[in-house]
Amino acid sequence: MHFFPDGRPQRLSEWHVVFRDGDRLALNRGVVPFDLNSALFSDYAHKLRTVWMPPGTAARYSDLQTFDFPVGTVISKTFYYPHAGAAASAVARTYDQSRDFTGSGLNLGNVRLIETRLLVRREHGWVALPYVWNAEQTDAELARTGDEVALELVASDGARERFTYVVPNENQCAGCHVTNLKTRAIAPIGPKARHLNRDYPYPEGAQNQLTYLEKIGYLTGLPPPPVQLPRSAAWRDATQPLEARARAYLEINCGHCHNPSGPADTTGLTFDAGTPADRHLGLCKPPVAAGRGTGDHLYDIVPGHPDDSILPFRMASREPGVMMPEQGRGTVHREGLELISEWIAAMPGSCSS
Amino acid sequence: MRAIAIVAVCVAAAAGCSRQGPSRPAGLTAADAAFQKQLQEQFLDAKPGSVIEIPPGKHALDRVLTLRANGVTVRGAGADKSILTFTNEISGPEGILVYGSDFTIENLSIEDTKGDGLKINDGENITIRGVRVAWSGGPKTSNGAYGIYPVRSRNVLIEDSSSWGASDAGIYVGQSTDVIVRRCHAEQNVAGIEIENTIHADVYDNLATGNTGGILVFNMPNLSQPGHSTRVFRNKVFKNNLGSFAAKGAAVASVPAGSGVVVNSNSQVEIFDNDIADNQTANVIISAYFSTNYYNKPGIDPHYDPYPRAIFIYDNRFSGGGDSPDALELKTLKVTMFGLNGHFPDIVWDGYRDEKNLVNGQPPAAERICIRNGAVGVLNADGPHQYKNPSTDATPFRCELPKLPAVELAGRT
Repeated sequence: MHFFPDGRPQRLSEWHVVFRDGDRLALNRGVVPFDLNSALFSDYAHKLRTVWMPPGTAARYSDLQTFDFPVGTVISKTFYYPHAGAAASAVARTYDQSRDFTGSGLNLGNVRLIETRLLVRREHGWVALPYVWNAEQTDAELARTGDEVALELVASDGARERFTYVVPNENQCAGCHVTNLKTRAIAPIGPKARHLNRDYPYPEGAQNQLTYLEKIGYLTGLPPPPVQLPRSAAWRDATQPLEARARAYLEINCGHCHNPSGPADTTGLTFDAGTPADRHLGLCKPPVAAGRGTGDHLYDIVPGHPDDSILPFRMASREPGVMMPEQGRGTVHREGLELISEWIAAMPGSCSS
Repeated sequence: MRAIAIVAVCVAAAAGCSRQGPSRPAGLTAADAAFQKQLQEQFLDAKPGSVIEIPPGKHALDRVLTLRANGVTVRGAGADKSILTFTNEISGPEGILVYGSDFTIENLSIEDTKGDGLKINDGENITIRGVRVAWSGGPKTSNGAYGIYPVRSRNVLIEDSSSWGASDAGIYVGQSTDVIVRRCHAEQNVAGIEIENTIHADVYDNLATGNTGGILVFNMPNLSQPGHSTRVFRNKVFKNNLGSFAAKGAAVASVPAGSGVVVNSNSQVEIFDNDIADNQTANVIISAYFSTNYYNKPGIDPHYDPYPRAIFIYDNRFSGGGDSPDALELKTLKVTMFGLNGHFPDIVWDGYRDEKNLVNGQPPAAERICIRNGAVGVLNADGPHQYKNPSTDATPFRCELPKLPAVELAGRT
């Protein structure tokens, strides 16, 4: 690992975080993969997340906030797709990750790498750096102003959908990662207790991520058992309560802007974990600045009536100016839309009182 | 350059392409793509004191320009010369999005954005001068919502700017404090100029014409601050009769076509010395949130004040208007009261008032709707009783309110 205290290395390989090694994308020593209970939708891309900290340092646990990471921390997120045929632009629309890995690395015979984003904790705060993988898949190059990649999603039933995968520019990284408009500081979103509290299939066997991170010295302050640690739902897990799945989905997909101090604090609509299930969450709430994003509907959420609600309408759009989230996707997340519609359909009450 | 050429082929060949790498946006020419990359870098690298010059020419971009630094100036060579156009925008949805203070933008045009033209969120000391935002296809529901949109900002000056074709409001100041909008031109928008949930705004020397509604002063529920203290004066508000093209549910969709100046649920609003003419629903409308159709108990903050209070209308010059109101109830009311060829008085009040707060059958002196405008007529439409007992008695409006002080913007005159 090489931590650069300043500057912007042109190539991802200079960091030695994840790198091409034969037919796989390998993780350097001390680079630990992790996963989230519920993750942001990014055009069906699969994601390999890793964290590295300088030897002898550790992140400080928090019940609710993103962990406090030491200077020198490098978090990486590699966006990739399983191949769907010979053409490099044809990628699979699937949740199946069983063929993605070889050991702890990615199997480059089976997947196509698109981009790797780094969040680097420097002396003065976090910095976001987007790298785009080359055609040969040997290295990724810094793309400060972003990039666009023409892709075609191929479903298991053969259905195909062309779209432009948009790699964010540095300012767009901040569009999600500045979750507080007052500080305007970039921060990681995923590494919170409730998102990380789950098992990961480490090479040495599946273990809870929080206890694993503590064991290897990357996490301090973890409350010992029998303290119940916060845990958000895995939105795809149908065995978990619908309400919890929907709220977890909305938090990770919308809450970085729609929170009381986020960029969408202009809207009166909040989706962070603590939002009460009333008008703050959109129930019967008239929109503020939705413009044509209303889809001719009067309220963000009409209990029992997803088809009359603005929220699913904006999720079902792929048109800038209508769609939500505003950035980070060029396709509709069918399963997410289904979940939120099902959740609204099951809500009691009405707006007519 | 070689990589660019290869990918150009990739995009064209789409599925059959086996290469990848840094690519050129599909909707842009090579020159525009290069311009965009260089401009994006300037926005990324901007720091206090930076001046980003937009050269003359029509520059096509496909991604929002975002600024996150304080003390930056973005300057074109003139609104008719330096034009940023976003017809093929794939990621935005704004044209220019600013999170920063001490920001100045001047002398350029922003066209055809998918969302708002220029949005400034949470800034202090903001100057917008000589900026034109337009949707070139004319009024369309698919146009972006707002032309010029400072929100949650403080000490904001918008001058000599214009907006054309916004599907919500052309110049929209939201949840801000200490604001001047002057010498601007709003046309072909749903709302021309809208001051919303804003404290201390002066709106003067503007022209609002050909919109659905000319100048709006609104308070919406569930937001960070209720607005008050707006002065609307020396404006020309003519012929705002454009059929509404807002999507239903949008804040301004409740505004009937043919509205000159509209006050909704706001307080301490002064309307004086304006020329207001030929707005076919009414030259001035004073209304409560109940008239918007959006009111419902669970969805509205119980502390929200839905009534207009302390509205003072004086010394305006009115002519024409009120002769062809939008919305069926208003049409029927007009014909019933004033005949087929008659017209509403210049000022129409929907009739909603806070019945729990009356003194001798009138609102307290400091909260009344006061009119000192010669012989100008006023209609109490009796909205609370489905327009059953409308009245043109001007007596309840014969009063005066203390005048509001001018807005002073620190560091500007």
